[in-house]
Amino acid sequence: MTARSELVGAPAARDLRLATPLRPDLLAIAEMVPNAGRVLDLGCGNGELLEYLVHHKGVKGRGIELSEVGVLTCVRRGLSVRQGKLQEGLADYPANSFDYVILSQTLPFLSDPAYILQEMLRVGRCAIVSIPNWGYWRCRLELLFTGRIPHAPDLPQHWYESPRMQAFTITDFAQFCAHINIRITQESYLSHTRRIQVRKFKTLLATTAVFVLEKV
Amino acid sequence: MTYENSVGVVEVQSFTFAEDEPFCLESGASLSPVTIAYETYGRLNADRSNAILVAHALSGSAHAAGYHSATDTKPGWWDDCIGPGKAFDTDRFFVICSNAIGSCYGSTSPADIDPVTGIPYGLHFPVVTVGDWVRAQIKLLDHLGIERLLCAAGGSMGGMQVLEWAAHHPERLRAAIPIATTAHHSPMLIAFSEVGRQAIYADPAWNNGDYYTSGRKPDAGLAVARMVGHITYLSEESMQQKFGRRLRDLERYGYEFQTEFEVESYLKYNGNSFTQRFDANSYLYVTKAMDYFDLTAECGSLAAAFAHSTELKFLVVSFTSDWLYPSYHSKKLVSALTAVGADVTYLDVKSAWGHDAFLLEVETMTDLLSSFLERLAREEGIARPAPVLDRSPLPVPAIKVQLSKEEELRRKIEALA
Repeated sequence: MTARSELVGAPAARDLRLATPLRPDLLAIAEMVPNAGRVLDLGCGNGELLEYLVHHKGVKGRGIELSEVGVLTCVRRGLSVRQGKLQEGLADYPANSFDYVILSQTLPFLSDPAYILQEMLRVGRCAIVSIPNWGYWRCRLELLFTGRIPHAPDLPQHWYESPRMQAFTITDFAQFCAHINIRITQESYLSHTRRIQVRKFKTLLATTAVFVLEKV
Repeated sequence: MTYENSVGVVEVQSFTFAEDEPFCLESGASLSPVTIAYETYGRLNADRSNAILVAHALSGSAHAAGYHSATDTKPGWWDDCIGPGKAFDTDRFFVICSNAIGSCYGSTSPADIDPVTGIPYGLHFPVVTVGDWVRAQIKLLDHLGIERLLCAAGGSMGGMQVLEWAAHHPERLRAAIPIATTAHHSPMLIAFSEVGRQAIYADPAWNNGDYYTSGRKPDAGLAVARMVGHITYLSEESMQQKFGRRLRDLERYGYEFQTEFEVESYLKYNGNSFTQRFDANSYLYVTKAMDYFDLTAECGSLAAAFAHSTELKFLVVSFTSDWLYPSYHSKKLVSALTAVGADVTYLDVKSAWGHDAFLLEVETMTDLLSSFLERLAREEGIARPAPVLDRSPLPVPAIKVQLSKEEELRRKIEALA
């Protein structure tokens, strides 16, 4: 019997699970997180990103998730996650508890995005936010030619479905950040699963954008 | 009944201390000697780092898992979660459960003989607190040669002990699992406790706690106390499901004061059966200890109480339909623990079973507990105990009955009563 297998819960089984590749937008976020930082993932879902960060980047990870299924999956992955609403969870953390606070594809669902972004930058030094882009060229054409509110390619949900969401574009978000005194310090754009390398027309070409935010 | 995944036949053990020097209690009184009844399951590993203390609730005992004899049909109170391959996996962990002082299952209690007077303590037994219970558990750990617990876990009153461990003895454990519990009783909870106590006081047979030699026990009072308590462990939904407004053996109302509704008959049965296994004075002492418990009293706030618990890992669990210790009591714990920087995992489990859910939601609890313990063991580098080469086979059960899920749940609920 090797020393490793004598340990309770040897990590062999976990490594297998990690062999499945991380979703491209989550990978874009993961690349922005430095090694060994303190990370809070808001709305961490099934813990896919958080597990990746803990095991590949050695971060000290925490999560907040509303759904019972999500929390249970996270606990099964060996993550430290608390169930609850983002507002309540964030409010409990003292200022500067984290290096990075992550909000992935959740912003359109928030009732008070300004408050959440400001809270993220209170408890964390930086925030990483990924957003679906309704300014994608196909969305623009769809509204023009069909007269219907388009689906964001990376958030395919009808306007009337629950949880309710608010459509907005990368341009909207950039203006909003400036308005609430938040600085975008790093950005990354994806068209479906591919990373966009060109400098121009990103707001037209991107289906998802990832930003690192800091206080002004 | 099958012994599959069971710790099998277990024996209650006892440890006596404070024979020469009395055990000083929080109240200022003292007790000498003190006996603690306890059971253990599984084995210690080489560096004695795999010990888990499981703390029982109000009417519980040290008998948390297994059977007391080969013909015993009723397993320990948390047998669903303690055993080989179960949530508290006894192949990996050494599980300890001890009976609270003042309770009537083998630890020193009001029914024992006071060495000073030579007659049962009765109300001369000193009032004990959750803090006293935990300090007695520490004496037991010292006796067992365990420097630091891997974890303390418990629901309800057991959860209070877990919180007491975390707040006041953080150096003696690595993790804490408080389930369906609170940092202090609200006035409503104290009120429910007091109704139970008043029912006992009002029984003439109680005789100011002096009834051990009279031949008459305050059973009527204790039964009412249990009925009130039992209602608080259920939920409106579970009672609706279980009893509705159904009548017992009757087509229509009898317009008389007999036991007519099923819920009445259920309460009566549970109240009476409780008097067969619990002591009225113990009920007074144990409920009083719960009422006194207040983590915030000493330091002013919960966060201050947990100021030294920042290195501990917590798994906090509550249940949506628990109105005795509602979820927001647990959420307050989670907020305070988050504020001090402790590592806290929290889930409010959706359940219709009320406070009893912590013993009934076996699947979710097993999932949560085993995952949390697996992570804990991995992160803390806890080795398995050395394998046993010559494991004598467990006694073969006399009868093997396959129970339906509903029947199994019904029996569990009966067992809780």
